[in-house]
Amino acid sequence: MSRIDLIKKGLIKDNPTFVLVLGMCPTLGTTTSALNGMGMGLATLVVLTLSNMVISALAKYIPDKVRIPSYIVIISAFVTIIQLLMQAYLPSLYETLGLFIPLIVVNCIVLGRAEAFANKNTVMDSACDGLGIGLGFTLSLTVIGLVRELLGSGSLFGWSFTGGDGILIFVLAPGAFLVLGLLMALFNKLTQGRI
Amino acid sequence: MTILLILVSAIFVNNIVLSQFLGICPFLGVSKQVNTAVGMSLAVTFVMALATCVTWLLQYYVLVPLNMVYMQTVTFILVIAGLVQMVEIILKKISPALYQSLGIFLPLITTNCAVLGVALMVVQKQFTFGGESHMLNLGESVVFAIASAIGFGLAISLFAAIREQLETSDVPKPFRGIPIALITAGIMALAFMGFSGMV
Repeated sequence: MSRIDLIKKGLIKDNPTFVLVLGMCPTLGTTTSALNGMGMGLATLVVLTLSNMVISALAKYIPDKVRIPSYIVIISAFVTIIQLLMQAYLPSLYETLGLFIPLIVVNCIVLGRAEAFANKNTVMDSACDGLGIGLGFTLSLTVIGLVRELLGSGSLFGWSFTGGDGILIFVLAPGAFLVLGLLMALFNKLTQGRI
Repeated sequence: MTILLILVSAIFVNNIVLSQFLGICPFLGVSKQVNTAVGMSLAVTFVMALATCVTWLLQYYVLVPLNMVYMQTVTFILVIAGLVQMVEIILKKISPALYQSLGIFLPLITTNCAVLGVALMVVQKQFTFGGESHMLNLGESVVFAIASAIGFGLAISLFAAIREQLETSDVPKPFRGIPIALITAGIMALAFMGFSGMV
């Protein structure tokens, strides 16, 4: 499979949110607005790409028995780096995403890609795979955030056009479940039989 | 009194699954039958209480004195992974019967973000139980962890009972499986919002 295909398949065919249904906690917890969803997606994308690269480079040297703990150490190192960088340069986003930044460590997408792809492919291929899946995740989170922001607070990427009026329930907890459920059904309907 | 407030708050008002969005993976994955859901929540309660206790001690007696709070994420996840592994081994030796019923859930718990989430929450957030806001002490933290786990158990067991019924109902094709489960969870979250403002 060419590298372009590796990147493309993460967007629709192996979309982590709508097809693989992985990493649901940040998907529901951080998508109160399009920008928050995008921020979370990008943070995960960086961690995923870097950890995929390092794991594929080290896969030969890590004994099979301790591979999962080793992967977790590598992933949490990158999460800590992202956490400190965001704290320094994007403090407001860091505040909003809160607990979900350190929780990237236990996001099943990251560990899942390490186990399913990175440990048996080359560094460059793993980077492309991480990039593709990460982009798919970012795209899904942005779309969910967009819908919730539009319905819930009547704005798009922070640009308000209803003077702040909206259906409040969509930015609250139940709205997250409802919007994701409906979008997933829509995705199933649109891709029926083609995946 | 404080203990009671923590219990009500963590079980109902700020339910860890339905309002904090932690532990969604097992919530969706292990909720097809009530029996397995109950087994899973027992295992989570045990691990969560133990993990929070150990990580609280680590935070205040190792990381803070050494000025290494930035190593929090790395230390906590390793401690939790080690702990789960240890619980599995001990349980296998001491009580094979309990191991039979909880054993299969234990490896899954390492990646249950509710466990790491609660461990991080009690050392990062100020709580306002019983008057002024303060960081939780060890006892309160463990109570908070147990209460959160009960909240998780309550949500997942109720959800499993609804999903058992959903199995036999006629759901439109694009909604089958996860989408209808999410919408059900959304309606449950709406119901749980009725508790907000209680504490």
